[in-house]
Amino acid sequence: MLRRIFNRLLGGDERRVDSRTIYIGHRSCPASEAFIPPPKFCDNRIVSSKYTIWNFLPKNLFEQFRRIANFYFLIIFLVQVIVDTPTSPVTSGLPLFFVIIVTAIKQGYEDWLRHKADNEVNKYPVKVLEDGKPVDKDSEKIKVGDVVEVKENETFPCDLILLQSSRDDNTCFVTTASLDGESNHKTHYTVPDTEKDLDSLSATIECEQPQPDLYKFVGRMHIYKSNQEPAVRSLGPENLLLKGATLKNTQKILGVAVYTGMETKMALNYQGKSQKRSVVEKSINAFLLVYLCILLSKALVCTTLKYVFQNKPGQDEPWYNEKTQREKDTNLYLKMFTDFLSFMVLFNFIIPVSMYVTVEMQKFLGSFFIGWDKDFYDPEIKEGALVNTSDLNEELGQVEYVFTDKTGTLTQNNMEFIECCIDGFQYKYHDSSSELDGFGVTYGPMSKLQQKAGWEREELFLRALCLCHTVQVKESTEQPQGQEDGQKNQVDGSVLDGEVPSAPQEEKGFIASSPDEIALVKGAMRYGFTFMGLESKTMKILNKNDVEMYELLHVLNFDPVRRRMSVIVRTRSGDTLLFCKGADSSIFPRVKLEEVERIRMHVERSATEGYRTLCVAYKCLSAEEYEHADKGLKEARLALQDREEKLTAVYNQVETGMSLIGATAVEDRLQEEAAETMEALQGAGIKVWVLTGDKMETAKSTCYACRLFQRNTELLELTVRTLEERGRRREDRLHELLLEYHKKTVQDSPLAKTSWSVGNQDYGFIVDGASLTMVLNSSSDSNTSHYKNLFLQICQNCTAVLCCRMAPLQKAQIVKLVKNSKGSPITLSIGDGANDVSMILEAHVGIGIKGKEGRQAVRNSDYAIPKLKHLKKLLLAHGHLYYVRIAHLVQYFFYKNLCFILPQFLYQFFCGYSQQPLYDAAYLTMYNICFTSMPILAYSLLEQHIGMEVLLCNATLYSDIAKNAMLRWPPFIYWTLLGVYHGLLFFFGVRLLFGNLALPDNGQVFGNWSYGTIVFTVLVFTVTLKLALDTRHWTWINHFVIWGSLAFYVLFSLFWGGIIWPFLSQQRLYFVFANMLSSVSTWLVMILLVLLSLLPEILLPVLRKPRGPHARQKKMVESSEGGLQSPRSPARPLLMRTFSDESNTVI
Amino acid sequence: MMASSYNAKEEDGHHSGSASHGGAAVVKSKKPDNTAFKQQRLPAWQPILTAGTVLPAFFVIGLIFIPIGIGLYVTSNNIKEFEIDYTGVDMNSACYSCAKNFSWNSTTSCLCTVDFTLEQPFESNVFMYYGLSNFYQNHRRYVKSRDDSQLNGDMSALTNPSKECEPYRMSEGLPIAPCGAIANSLFNDTLKLYYLEANGTRNEIPLVKKGIAWWTDKHVKFRNPGGNANLTAVFQGNLTATSKPVNWRNPVYELDQDPENNGFINEDFIVWMRTAALPTFRKLYRIIQKKSSTMPTLPSGKYVLDITYNYPVLSFDGRKRMILSTISWMGGKNPFLGIAYITVGSICFFLGVVLLIIHHKYDTRSTGADIPN
Repeated sequence: MLRRIFNRLLGGDERRVDSRTIYIGHRSCPASEAFIPPPKFCDNRIVSSKYTIWNFLPKNLFEQFRRIANFYFLIIFLVQVIVDTPTSPVTSGLPLFFVIIVTAIKQGYEDWLRHKADNEVNKYPVKVLEDGKPVDKDSEKIKVGDVVEVKENETFPCDLILLQSSRDDNTCFVTTASLDGESNHKTHYTVPDTEKDLDSLSATIECEQPQPDLYKFVGRMHIYKSNQEPAVRSLGPENLLLKGATLKNTQKILGVAVYTGMETKMALNYQGKSQKRSVVEKSINAFLLVYLCILLSKALVCTTLKYVFQNKPGQDEPWYNEKTQREKDTNLYLKMFTDFLSFMVLFNFIIPVSMYVTVEMQKFLGSFFIGWDKDFYDPEIKEGALVNTSDLNEELGQVEYVFTDKTGTLTQNNMEFIECCIDGFQYKYHDSSSELDGFGVTYGPMSKLQQKAGWEREELFLRALCLCHTVQVKESTEQPQGQEDGQKNQVDGSVLDGEVPSAPQEEKGFIASSPDEIALVKGAMRYGFTFMGLESKTMKILNKNDVEMYELLHVLNFDPVRRRMSVIVRTRSGDTLLFCKGADSSIFPRVKLEEVERIRMHVERSATEGYRTLCVAYKCLSAEEYEHADKGLKEARLALQDREEKLTAVYNQVETGMSLIGATAVEDRLQEEAAETMEALQGAGIKVWVLTGDKMETAKSTCYACRLFQRNTELLELTVRTLEERGRRREDRLHELLLEYHKKTVQDSPLAKTSWSVGNQDYGFIVDGASLTMVLNSSSDSNTSHYKNLFLQICQNCTAVLCCRMAPLQKAQIVKLVKNSKGSPITLSIGDGANDVSMILEAHVGIGIKGKEGRQAVRNSDYAIPKLKHLKKLLLAHGHLYYVRIAHLVQYFFYKNLCFILPQFLYQFFCGYSQQPLYDAAYLTMYNICFTSMPILAYSLLEQHIGMEVLLCNATLYSDIAKNAMLRWPPFIYWTLLGVYHGLLFFFGVRLLFGNLALPDNGQVFGNWSYGTIVFTVLVFTVTLKLALDTRHWTWINHFVIWGSLAFYVLFSLFWGGIIWPFLSQQRLYFVFANMLSSVSTWLVMILLVLLSLLPEILLPVLRKPRGPHARQKKMVESSEGGLQSPRSPARPLLMRTFSDESNTVI
Repeated sequence: MMASSYNAKEEDGHHSGSASHGGAAVVKSKKPDNTAFKQQRLPAWQPILTAGTVLPAFFVIGLIFIPIGIGLYVTSNNIKEFEIDYTGVDMNSACYSCAKNFSWNSTTSCLCTVDFTLEQPFESNVFMYYGLSNFYQNHRRYVKSRDDSQLNGDMSALTNPSKECEPYRMSEGLPIAPCGAIANSLFNDTLKLYYLEANGTRNEIPLVKKGIAWWTDKHVKFRNPGGNANLTAVFQGNLTATSKPVNWRNPVYELDQDPENNGFINEDFIVWMRTAALPTFRKLYRIIQKKSSTMPTLPSGKYVLDITYNYPVLSFDGRKRMILSTISWMGGKNPFLGIAYITVGSICFFLGVVLLIIHHKYDTRSTGADIPN
């Protein structure tokens, strides 16, 4: 007994480690097995929000004060409260609390939105079986072990093991488009031999702990029947229905929940939303540290000098200025420390709290322009762009790598049969219904370009298209199976938005593992050959109202190595035919050479246009031949060992000596302007990587169509196929390939540049998920980093990289790999499906396409745009401008505060280091808030140093600001020096003026507040006019704000000095400003100083070479016009190039 | 000054008019408004600084600044200024003993006399200043040590001065009026100027003490509590009993006989209360009005300055000066402005020439292209 308990405890521990046991329907098992209380699994709640009501305040405050700047201001504020300081705590406290509160409200609101989105998912109604009856429940209430019912077109609320399907064959169809981007239907199977009556089913499922790989699942099911040994069934991924996938073509299923909530594979593939920070913010932090050092050293210098000064006799406490008793009592070291803090407080304005407010405001307001842009408006979905976070606007101008999803992003995932070629004659399909009407007698719609092939060949070709596939006809839900053919024709108009009601046969619902096949079958249908479906090994084809029946004998399945598939059918007349379709490279060697020559040209031409091409061949099998093949196939299928190899051998043997009929071209429609967008991005110096879960061939042809791969691009392939060549160990081969590619791209490229300056070879790199795993998780650790390095270097030297067969998490891994590589480049991910979410979250900037596949990508993105083509303007125009604006904003802010505080620092040398502020408190507080904030804000919202059109036309302008060009150290040092120059000029200019204090013409003298006010006036005018000089785009708002804030300063000063303010303890500025204006000398010195400060600013742009934006723009336009033909022109003529199997093939 | 192009980007308002009309009819779509602002197409003036535009500006600046500078320099040079240090550091100086034997407790004033000669006559009104050196009137502890509401005649502040006045807030249990370090250290030397005629008679030169303080200070910022009448009663009243500042000889209501210049509105006091910006400063003491148009205000010759030496400065190594100065439209004598203007003007002119040379030698063509069409 004791031992049993002990065992159970141990077992429980073990279970927690590597497997979990699930009791289906929470029914305990027969007494024979000890009932182990199920460990607590997490519930089915999805949580993407960050805060709850209870932890919002502390957590948010903690996060905000983790920001270096906020923390600094908090410290300053506390110092001001505690220590006797020259300025009141209000001066820094007020702005700080304003910032904190505004940020908290903003973040709270964003989190509230997330809560709402979570609730939508969590409160989604589902049906859970309780005591055999379906009960409505919220999705979040599902527990592991619950039996859940899902209807057609519903998404699975959690990961389920399929127990029962409404289909007869115990299968169900599922599309995982929102998970991995594959929109085809996948078949999943019920667990074999489960009883029909789930009520009496008593079973447990033992399966592995949750793990993110979508394609892996291992488990087993113990079925207990009374008085029998428990039956054990193994479970694999084909039994598992993933959360997020959608049930298709199956009325309803029942499944038992195995993983719920955050443990589902979908949730595990999402990554936590981490706070994204822009490079600008990092630069700000770096500058902040510099200024902090300046501040500390200033305070330190002043404190030291203060004590040196006080050591002189009579200076510490002259008779006219005695200390209070408290001051006298204070410990010397404590005094020194508080003095140091006081100086810090006095100079703390050098790090402006208002900069953060202004930056936040700029980002927040600036982001509206994206939403407002009518170019982003898509009339189809009636929506414009969406901005989810405003923190990353400027990052859009800094992107170095774009990671794009393929399906739904680059392509519309909408295959269409474009043309075919029969015996070397080209047929193009014209999509017009008028021609369709007359197709009956001749093949009207197949309008031939030159001549027609013989009609037998045409028919043969179309029959081949109709027969050689694994497509299933979608069953209608209304009409049961097995009806008469004539009625069945009319079925599926509703499923595939049937356009022409008069021709109902025309549209049919098909299900296939590849969208190409559907396109081909549909293409054949357009020409009069309609595939009616497969019924008990008989394929039916409707041909001009005749029904042809073929007996399906064998399907020689498609596999990526052979890259072709075949069917063997028997006609009614008893002939045995083999139809084969496949990539040109795999078909051409198996057919007669003279046939190849006729077709090859067409295939190549369609391939260069970005179509996916397939060749179709056939072969008549004699009875003996078929006998032989049949035997071979059956034997191979039954083989227990090396089944795959044997099958392949038989396949190869059968598929020989065929005759080529023709070729097809299918277009995976690209998104509008996809190629132009990609070209513009590459022109802007951005590297584009395509990350897709799709097959390599499909992805590759898309890359060609988008002109990511050029015709002269040499492709380097690192895929399972290349790795398995020559039958060597994969890892050796991997090593070899990596080294070879590295040699090609990295080591040889400088050589190539020197020898042929023009003929620089472009490289494209293709890698698939499995190979990537090998690169990233190599067996030995030393290799891993080495491989990673090689891999990255290869990638960085290629113009375009294609990663196919990627799991969502692998996409994120790739992004992370690049993100953390040397130089930490800025990455951008763009995608439309849930499978892109992890990479969208991982990249610096995530962009969601408002596609058809749900909204998950949009929700998790930073920006959402309706179409891929909008990315161009978003990056080249908006991103560029935002970056320039904010970079200028940041530099300007540091500059204006440096020259604001420097005179105050210098003044300490003249006031006995007593922390006497030079400016009045009102000026200290208002300087950043009122007097100088609006012009820079307006500038940072409206400036267009180069017009939008010019930016869009000249992609190269984008690379001018690459690598954070405007916020690197040289410009920062320039601005700092400028600030120092201005500060020195202001202070000493006025100091010299005050050589004689009698400034007005009535002989009266000015005091210290006049001194400060003169410096301050010069300061305000100088920094504002400096900005005016930098402004290249003067809208009325700029005029209003710049001249307005100067006028406001003057009026405010007059007003502030014009009244005895009852709430002020000291009327320091009473009539100081007005009196200052009464002195001619003051006017003259102010004009002189403003002019002298701006002199270098006026001089520099004149002396600097590219003069002004206009000259620059002109130059750009000229160069782009002149060089329009030169870039990216193919090195070799179109038809001369060898069309190897590396270039453009499908399936 | 700037070449500019007025690039008014066309607002395609009429396009949007029809488009949005159709859109609005369907659903309340999220179609962005096609306004110039939202599309970032506001008409804008796009100035460019080029050599061609900056060049004339430099010449113009040079041509304006140099004459102004010359004018300022000449004006400043024409201002007569005389300065004499009477601190008494030197053994030979007249005030040596007064400076040396200074004691806070002495009831009698120490008198000393300084002779000096004006080489040139002072023609217009002469302004008499006292100057102090190494006196940190801008020290933070000092600057804030005042109570402006008390000085503005506020009764409650009179009896309960601000904490800022510490340690010059209370004296012998009574609030100090005026409180604070600034008031306490009021400059209290008395200066008298005599013209020494050839026959040796001393002609006292009348010194006007009206108009030395800012008008607004005298009339608004500073006010006696309870009006100007009967100050003694206010400052000595039962409820409002105050004490004089510790270093003062007389209480505040005995600063002057003239009721318009007594108490807080005493102009010497007001002038002192305007703290100086730098440790070396001068403050207006008296004005010597020009009497007749023919006679200079102060003819050249010998003068005697009688000083009632009350104000100790040697303890902090300070200096005291008496300054006589005429004033022009630009204020007191200050050659800096004139020199600065001449320098900046010349630099601009020089730069203009340099730019002109560069401009003409190297890129005549590019400026032509820069002028927008």
